[in-house]
Amino acid sequence: MKKRIYSVLVENRSGVLCKVAGLFSRRCFNIDSLAVGETDDPTTSCMTIVSSADDRTIEQIEKQLNKKLDVIKVKTFEEQQCYTRELMLMKVKYNKNNRREIMEQCELMHAEIVDVSKHFMMIQICAAPEMIRQMIQLFASISIVEIARTGTLALSKCAENDD
Amino acid sequence: MTGADAIIKCLEAEGVETVFGYPGVAICPFFNSILDSDIKTVLIRTEQNAAHAASGVARITGKPGVCAVTSGPGATNVITGIATAFADSIPLICITGQVNSELLGSDVFQEADITGAVESFVKYSYLIKNVNDIPRVFKEAFHIANTGRKGPVLIDIPIDIQNAQIKQFHYPEEVNLRTYKPTVKGHAVQIKKVIRELEKAKRPIICVGGGVLLAGAQQELRAFSEKYRIPVVSTMMGIGVMPTKHPLYYGMVGNNGKPCANRAMNESDVLIMVGARVADRAVSQPDLITQNKILVHIDVDPAEIGKNAGPTIPLVGDAKHIFQDFAKEEFTCDCEAWIGTLNDYRRELMPKRNPNPAYVDPARFIERLSERMEDNAIYVADVGQNQIWSCGYHIVKQGRFLTSGGMGTMGYSIPAAMGAKTAAPDRQVIAVCGDGSFQMSMMELATMRQHNIPVKIIVLKNNYLGMVREYQHYTYKDNYSVVDLTGSPDLEKLAAAYDMPFRRLENMDQCEEVLDVLLQDNNQSMLVECLIDPMDLVK
Repeated sequence: MKKRIYSVLVENRSGVLCKVAGLFSRRCFNIDSLAVGETDDPTTSCMTIVSSADDRTIEQIEKQLNKKLDVIKVKTFEEQQCYTRELMLMKVKYNKNNRREIMEQCELMHAEIVDVSKHFMMIQICAAPEMIRQMIQLFASISIVEIARTGTLALSKCAENDD
Repeated sequence: MTGADAIIKCLEAEGVETVFGYPGVAICPFFNSILDSDIKTVLIRTEQNAAHAASGVARITGKPGVCAVTSGPGATNVITGIATAFADSIPLICITGQVNSELLGSDVFQEADITGAVESFVKYSYLIKNVNDIPRVFKEAFHIANTGRKGPVLIDIPIDIQNAQIKQFHYPEEVNLRTYKPTVKGHAVQIKKVIRELEKAKRPIICVGGGVLLAGAQQELRAFSEKYRIPVVSTMMGIGVMPTKHPLYYGMVGNNGKPCANRAMNESDVLIMVGARVADRAVSQPDLITQNKILVHIDVDPAEIGKNAGPTIPLVGDAKHIFQDFAKEEFTCDCEAWIGTLNDYRRELMPKRNPNPAYVDPARFIERLSERMEDNAIYVADVGQNQIWSCGYHIVKQGRFLTSGGMGTMGYSIPAAMGAKTAAPDRQVIAVCGDGSFQMSMMELATMRQHNIPVKIIVLKNNYLGMVREYQHYTYKDNYSVVDLTGSPDLEKLAAAYDMPFRRLENMDQCEEVLDVLLQDNNQSMLVECLIDPMDLVK
């Protein structure tokens, strides 16, 4: 199994997300994460899909995506060919014993505390997916209340545009 | 001009001659406007068959067949027909009425999310929310349905959009789709590679699929095969690309195919698959066709290439363009020894049947029927044992062999034959089905009578769902479950109820006489019941 990132430029129309997601489920392709947003051109959206599969399936995913009439362009990357980022918001329960530790961990991970109440803190981190995983591991023992993640966003490295 | 009038104008601009349909309130504006047009309407008796009939039209004319049904149950009933067309890449335009656009999503009477429901069975679908989009959408839909890898396109139109006034009707000359540019011309480098492999080949073979017929490339393919004396086998959907009795044609491959065809494919050193999906029924072990041989896979859909078997030489393009390009190459290819071997196989590996003389032998009957049919006749096989016998024993001369290959939809033959007959009224059109598949579309006898569509129907009657019975015979040691068709109607009385001539054939003795009557008049429908041995097997 190999991890692949598909950057899929699609028509910005209703139902397109459903068609693309439906394609993955119908053909039993995995979706590790999916992020969608409008591009600088309001008629197009960019979907970033992370999927793990064998070589033949990786090729099929790209071909099947290209076959969809609402898909304008598909780019496929390995992780090292692109910059990947993910945003996570994490709510944790704190007390006076671990408050210091939480703040230190955040500093270490370049995470920001964006909201605090009497017993809870919300932490924001924007980092490579691997760092997000580490962050969750670090806080697993501290009592995570809930987490929201954007899924991976990716663009090919700038040097690729020079070629 | 209303939206409904505009739809009719679009269909006229596309040269549509017949619409198969079933009205309901949500599509009534459309059926009202069509009265002012020369387009013929056929009231089919269930919506699924509207799509099958449109499929019959498409396969004979090479242009998309059109059906129109109402919202809700009308739309959901048509799904099986759409899925059947999708599996065989048949171009259809399926128009569905929809509830008032302001009520969409509120679960009102006869509302169904049809564009959502058919997503995995259509090449594309539209839900029209602005009446002024109608001309563009129809232009695009016909283009999408009948180019690249063909397939069904569904257009869902709310009733208020059909009734709305369109500002000005202008049917576009061209489509402008930035996301859709199918590759039809083969890559020159890949074409050269194929030719180089054929030059070296000792045992080349071409396996043709439905894509060759869809591209209209029969002549090109036949000429290529004849010029270089390269043998040909076919998938079920490729039957008819080569005349059955052509000396270079060795039959259908697959688990229900001819042993000599399978052997030819397995022993080849260069295998050219063209317009075929390499699906399980044709190639049960895709890995085998890539071992010890050069596999060339030609398909207009790049996603088919490498999906089930990894080819040595992938070649994306339409079969017609590619074989035209092949024809421009000059090379030598010597496979006389190989042809000799295959001719031996053809003689030695003839399947032996031991027909029960108390019944009609379906194999012999189909053989005699097709020998006596006109050269350009259209033979539509249903699904089940009848289909396998039809594939094995029907002789295509210059006509067509139609069946539901990919989806295997029972009940396909009668409505598809009606579509074919509507498209080609002068040709002989015969539907061959079993008593199970007949009962899935026998309501269409009324449509045939009402609209004077004289299709000839053969029912191979064994009182069983024969194909499943055969499976239960082998797999469950004759423990039959839910395959007994007792209770079926007396077909003679049924035919009389529809004013249809009828003959019953109990054994082979009167075969020629019944065929005389059956084939004497192309403008006369007829129902022939053949009693076949309930225990007969296709294998």
